[in-house]
Amino acid sequence: MTVIPRTAARTDRERMTRAAWLIGLGVVLLVLPRLIYPVLALDILAWGLFAVAFDLLFGFSGLLSFGHAAFWGTSAYVTAFLLTHGQSVPVAMLGGTGAALLIALPIGFLSVRSVGIYFSMITLAFAQMLSFLALQWTDVTGGENGLQGFARPGFLGLDFSDSLTRYYFCLVVFALGFYVAYRTVRSPFGQAQQAVRDNEQRAQSIGYNPARFKFTAFLISAGLAGLAGSMFTFGHGVVSLDVLNWRTSGEVVMMTLLGGTTTLFGPVIGAGIVLLLRDVLTTANLPVGIVTGLVFVLVVLFFRRGVVGTLQHWQRRK
Amino acid sequence: MNTQLLLIQVFNGLVSGAFYALLSLGLAVIFGMLRIVNFMHGALYMLGAFTAFALGQAFGLGFWPSLLLAPLIVAGIGMVLERGLLSRLYGLEPSYNLLLTFGLTLLTQDLVKQVMLSQYAVSSAPYTPPAVLSGVVNLGFVVFPKYRLFVIGLSLLICLITWFVIEKTRVGAIIRASTENPGVTRAFGIDVGKWVTGVFGVGVGLAGLAGVLAAPIYSVEPYMGAELIITTFAVVVIGGMGSILGSVITGFAVGVLAAIGAFFYPPIANTLVFILMALVLLVRPSGLFGLPEGAR
Repeated sequence: MTVIPRTAARTDRERMTRAAWLIGLGVVLLVLPRLIYPVLALDILAWGLFAVAFDLLFGFSGLLSFGHAAFWGTSAYVTAFLLTHGQSVPVAMLGGTGAALLIALPIGFLSVRSVGIYFSMITLAFAQMLSFLALQWTDVTGGENGLQGFARPGFLGLDFSDSLTRYYFCLVVFALGFYVAYRTVRSPFGQAQQAVRDNEQRAQSIGYNPARFKFTAFLISAGLAGLAGSMFTFGHGVVSLDVLNWRTSGEVVMMTLLGGTTTLFGPVIGAGIVLLLRDVLTTANLPVGIVTGLVFVLVVLFFRRGVVGTLQHWQRRK
Repeated sequence: MNTQLLLIQVFNGLVSGAFYALLSLGLAVIFGMLRIVNFMHGALYMLGAFTAFALGQAFGLGFWPSLLLAPLIVAGIGMVLERGLLSRLYGLEPSYNLLLTFGLTLLTQDLVKQVMLSQYAVSSAPYTPPAVLSGVVNLGFVVFPKYRLFVIGLSLLICLITWFVIEKTRVGAIIRASTENPGVTRAFGIDVGKWVTGVFGVGVGLAGLAGVLAAPIYSVEPYMGAELIITTFAVVVIGGMGSILGSVITGFAVGVLAAIGAFFYPPIANTLVFILMALVLLVRPSGLFGLPEGAR
């Protein structure tokens, strides 16, 4: 994990750069569905928020969760289930997010007691447990078939059968989620969280309780991943076992790494790159797994700073 | 209650336990000695099965030569990967090993899928056990396929040999020294790098062997290691990561417990291992046979 200390007060130049990033990302996201088809654009929002959520834990707490599909997938299923049973879109989304938070309580409690690779394996195993549950509990999850064909009732006069409307609705949700992540990182809590990541003993000796910080970070991350998962279901109108597959957990890691950890903007950009790449490969009928696997390997070996991290690195050296 | 059926279930549990044990033993050797979390283990298991199948197709090689050759080939591939790629990540957090081998897993699975489709026009291939092991044995109280008994026996034997070599011999002592204190070991004139590569080779060779053994039971297909590796990881966590004895005992125990569980309530078969893991972690965060973190 490329650790960038962020304890000093920001300089004006850093503030300017940050504002430029924010405006740049905002503009791109506003015009995105005009450049590519809206469902893909919505995918980028959902996966982007998922990656930001993951990075809150990985980049800012140093905990590599290899089972974040648990929260994304649980929320996806609960959202779909609520929509199938006639709930409105906001209720379904909040329900999904709430469900993700609820299962994050026991999972987080059990896993933050472990560190490093133990943490990764334990989170992976919990996600797998939910994946088997989704497969078995056919009455609720549809088993192998998943859930599909659910209604997306309009809300405040918005017509959700139009994919553009869905996109802009989700853009607002995304902005809210991103703001939560941004505030978390900037807050005293976020600073303490990074202190725990950088030196647990030292943080403990000045009176912080590392376990409590990790647990809280875990919950915030899981909640945002849940919000992202409900966006994903809402966007597609289907949910399948894929949302709980371990590949999903791995892919969100890849997006985050590719974009740059500890950058917040990075994960969104990484998600965009991966999804666009996959779209191009599928359309051109090229083997997706081989290329994405190769990209993953190259990023881990040679490009651990990621796109945004590399840009920041260059800028600092100037 | 049908005791006969339950006994058959227990034996089948031992068979899947044999695979868990072989795979988690390989993972334990690699993690315990080198601190590498090899997510690719499932893909290498699949490569073992696929190599045996491909050797049969291309050179008409039977089961017995493949049983020897395929694990060696897999070990060779593993050693090349360790030298070329994994060794670049030493000194970084073990998470990066996990991520790199995850990428390699995606790569390998789809590569094999492409090869199978283009060379053999199949996405999953059958593989028959050798004539001498086909048929059943009457054990008096239960009738059981010969080949499955052979799998249980061979797996036990290999696990025993590996444990003996690492814990009781000079070779094991050198390996442990190389990994615990490379500097001093080097000063004794031992080429630590070569030993590390060798250990990795043995670990993935065990996965390759499990793959060949699995080929006649489960069909050979590119994703055959994908779900198995996750269960194996759970076994490793329960047993205590890096513990040789823990991985073998837990491997067999989980296989049998899951089979008995499935006898009474079938849907629980695949989930039981994760429930066990959660329970064990509540009581012992470092696993049944693992040392507490930092104790190494």
